Amino acid sequence: MIAQLWWVLLAGATLIFLFVAGLIAWAWRRPSGETDERRFVIWLGLAFPMIVLAALLAYGLIVGERLLPRATPDLVRVHAEARQWDWRFRYDDLPGLETDNVLHIPADRPVDVAITTADVVHAFWVPRLAGKLDAVPGHVNVLRIEADAPGRYEGLGSEFNGVGYRDHRFTVIAHDDAGWQAFLQGETP
Amino acid sequence: MNALRRHRALSRIWASDPGWKGWFTTVNHTDLGRMFLVVATFFFVVGGILAMLIRAQLASPRSAFLGPDHYNQIFTMHGTIMMFLFAIPFFEGLAVYLLPKMLGTRDLAFPRLTAYGFWCYVFGGSMMIFALLAGVAPDSGWFMYPPLSSTIGAPGINSDFWLIGITFVEISAISAAVEITVTVLRYRAPGMKLSQMPIFAWYALVTAVMILTGFPPLILGSILLELERAFGLPFFQVAQGGDALLWQHLFWLFGHPEVYIIFLPAAGAISTILPVMARTTLMGYGWIVAAAVSLGVLSFGLWVHHMFTTGIPHMGLAFFSAASTLVAVPTAVQIFAWIGTLWKGRPEMHLPMLWLLAFFATFVIGGLTGVMVAIVPFDWQAHDTYFIVAHLHYVLVGGFVFPMIAALYYWMPHFTGRKTYFKLGHAAFWLVVPGFHGTFLMLHWAGLLGMRRRIDSYESGQGWEAINIIASISGFVMAIGFALVVIDVVVNAVVAIRGSRDPWGAGTLDWAMPTPAAPYNFASLAHVTSRDPLYDDPKLPVRLARGEGYLGDPDRARRETLSVDIATGAPRYVVVFPGNTALPMLMSAVTGLFFLGMLLKAYWLVPISALGVIACALIWVRGLGSRVPEGALPVGRGLSLATAAEAADPPGWWGSVFLLLANGTFFGSLLFGYAFLFSIAPNWPPPAYLEPGPLPLLLVLLGAGLAFIGPRFDTLTGQGATLVGLILIAGAALPLLSGSTDPTRHAYDATVWVFVGYGLLHCVVSLLMWSVVAGRRLTGHSAQTSLGTKRIARLWSDYTLLVALLTDAAIGLPGVLT
Ligand code: HEM
Ligand SMILES: [Cu+2]
Repeated sequence: MIAQLWWVLLAGATLIFLFVAGLIAWAWRRPSGETDERRFVIWLGLAFPMIVLAALLAYGLIVGERLLPRATPDLVRVHAEARQWDWRFRYDDLPGLETDNVLHIPADRPVDVAITTADVVHAFWVPRLAGKLDAVPGHVNVLRIEADAPGRYEGLGSEFNGVGYRDHRFTVIAHDDAGWQAFLQGETP
Repeated sequence: MNALRRHRALSRIWASDPGWKGWFTTVNHTDLGRMFLVVATFFFVVGGILAMLIRAQLASPRSAFLGPDHYNQIFTMHGTIMMFLFAIPFFEGLAVYLLPKMLGTRDLAFPRLTAYGFWCYVFGGSMMIFALLAGVAPDSGWFMYPPLSSTIGAPGINSDFWLIGITFVEISAISAAVEITVTVLRYRAPGMKLSQMPIFAWYALVTAVMILTGFPPLILGSILLELERAFGLPFFQVAQGGDALLWQHLFWLFGHPEVYIIFLPAAGAISTILPVMARTTLMGYGWIVAAAVSLGVLSFGLWVHHMFTTGIPHMGLAFFSAASTLVAVPTAVQIFAWIGTLWKGRPEMHLPMLWLLAFFATFVIGGLTGVMVAIVPFDWQAHDTYFIVAHLHYVLVGGFVFPMIAALYYWMPHFTGRKTYFKLGHAAFWLVVPGFHGTFLMLHWAGLLGMRRRIDSYESGQGWEAINIIASISGFVMAIGFALVVIDVVVNAVVAIRGSRDPWGAGTLDWAMPTPAAPYNFASLAHVTSRDPLYDDPKLPVRLARGEGYLGDPDRARRETLSVDIATGAPRYVVVFPGNTALPMLMSAVTGLFFLGMLLKAYWLVPISALGVIACALIWVRGLGSRVPEGALPVGRGLSLATAAEAADPPGWWGSVFLLLANGTFFGSLLFGYAFLFSIAPNWPPPAYLEPGPLPLLLVLLGAGLAFIGPRFDTLTGQGATLVGLILIAGAALPLLSGSTDPTRHAYDATVWVFVGYGLLHCVVSLLMWSVVAGRRLTGHSAQTSLGTKRIARLWSDYTLLVALLTDAAIGLPGVLT
């Protein structure tokens, strides 16, 4: 959905850019003379951006709304704690287990990640699964992710956090049903 | 007296000291404006070299040119230098140089303050350069998020350089802003109504007021973070009731307006240059002023869009997302009014116009990507990637650097008095602009492919190699182009032939003088009745040189100009400016010792240099105004006016009003921070709230009463009451603090100490002001000539008692309520 959002934004932006560029170029071609101030200031300056922006904003809000976490019965809850420079994950369904730099989730089920940090500000980002969310000391932010298919997804720390920033990564492993059951039985794959 | 004799007489009065000494003692805005521009350009070159190091490192994958430690210092310093030491000072320099000329007056409102600000900039900037050369530069990114920038993440001295050096430099931003505001409002050519001001003056006014209200949150944040680092006051440490998010709010409360503080002056230059290039007048002057003002106001409601990923509630996101897209509207009004101006006239393709076209092409793209990242779900994906890096350079380079180069070429005949002769400028243009787009256009795409900003190197095989090598090569091409611009300017300044007075055929007063400008600007002041005085009367420059305007008679042998009514521009009083002096430089050097003492933890130096600053300030005010009234003096054209020394609202009073605006914003930010911690920070309430009991409250109420009523009686008793009142207010601090344990226990205690410290500082300042008033009484100043001083002191003591009352309420209430 975000990919589609991007293509819409890109197309719109390109059109507007070409339109403005055309208007400027035309200033050299047309004979100079009386120009209607209202047309430029009120119609182009005020009305045009307001209409475009209102449409865009509504679209953005709808997309944002759809991405919003919702209560569902098959929700899985995990915890992510960032530090310089690794990630530790814990699981509500498997108390006591802590995995380093690898997050296990079931595929095709919504997962809430409760994100926090042990030291500085970090951010949790799995580009192919969701947008990013910060890990702020003393606060817990919850991010909803969902993997459509089993597999490995690359995760990144995406708030600058010092000399180890480049390698502040982790892997998300999305299991199929059987794999997830096996994981819950304590068989670390 | 003929024009030449008048020129000689005025030059003798206004000239800076000859030789190298003149550099340090000049208070002339033409000199200082040029000096600001040269130093800012120097910092642009330094920032550019750092950018080239960044691009060299990122040109290929797994580069081993720079390690992460150095890389982090380099990109942090690149951002910091470009934002604080290049962009803002460059605007200050341009405004300092141009404003008095465009407004048709002889200097800025407070010439010595211009010099003081300039030297603070130079000394503070030198501290940053030193840190860079010594390899201990800040390395936490230009927005310095704690805890990374605090003792936990950065135990070394690196962050201290940023917090202390930048705060020092901000003194120059605040003083320039006070100065610009007062100048635009009160120092115009007689007759020039607000609605007849050159459009650049409107932009400068809006920018200056934005600096006054935008920088204080940053200054507060820097002070709090430095207090945390130096003394362990835990404002940003969550375990003891602080919150890292507090910094982010304070920083972006400054940081977003900052972007418009950078853009608006450029827009002012565009609005000035574009109509001249199109041989017409600006379309929609009123609309453009309204757009600039609303940009200024709106930009203070947007800071949260830099924090979309920090876990702000969804409703908040929707609100700030809507507000952020809304700023595109006044921006569009300006863009389309400019295009309408082009349509209206006959645009000609001179070099400045070429750079303005580069502005349009670049800035419009930057604006469009800006709208994209204001859409929250998109920002979640683009935040902290190269998409943002590309976006911000489209806005900053397109929206500031390109218009400023246009301005440079447009005013170059003015700066140098010479015809632009060599044509290197065109070659430079064709290197810089394509080079720029080659560097940054594709980087949007790298960001969408997941390239995070601020990484020091990357692995191959992610599809980023081609983009990065193209970006780096184009970056070097652009750098060569910028170097050519600098060479072009220098060569033209040195060797070109003398040019005519108004080469572009512009209508504003800056071209109504011989160039390069004489130190006094105008041999006599014009009476202005329209927006383009030179179009109404092409002979105006000659008539001014012949002394047909105001103040054309140099007989009083001192630096004089006129101050006017804010709205109508009717002349009000004669201002007598101070002469050349090294005091501003000395005072800023002593101020520098204060900051140096903080930086090196040589705390014995801090009180000594504070006393030094006070001593300088006392010498500073001693020279102001004459002792006995001179009465009405002839100012030419049949008019007679008294001097500022006899006015109830002298320039110093207006300066105080706007300084207090900044100061009040600072205090407001402190209250905001306190409320934020109180309601959002996780580890609240503190172990115990203060319960000061009734004593401090009584002291403050009594003191405030006395300090309020005292100044309103012009007697010795009245002034005595004021002094006692201020001392009582200060005395309330003791019982307040004695209840508190140590300020390192909890952010609450730390905040209480800051409140009390701020209040005490203002008691001291007010006491000093009133002792100046008393001193004037003793040295035989007449009632008439000390009226203004008294009103200035009253302004400060009124502010102090307001602060005292609010502080008392803020500290006392939680204890009472719980
Ligand atoms: C001369 C051409 C310039 C080039 C080639 C350039 C290049 C870059 C690059 C590659 C970065 C990203 C560094 C990283 O994230 O690792 C960057 C960051 C930045 N640049 Fe520039 N830049 C230029 C001019 C400017 C100008 C004129 C300004 C401002 C007026 C500016 C302001 C910034 C800021 C604020 C950052 C962010 C620093 C940070 O992340 O802390 N740059 N620049
Ligand atoms: Cu912003």
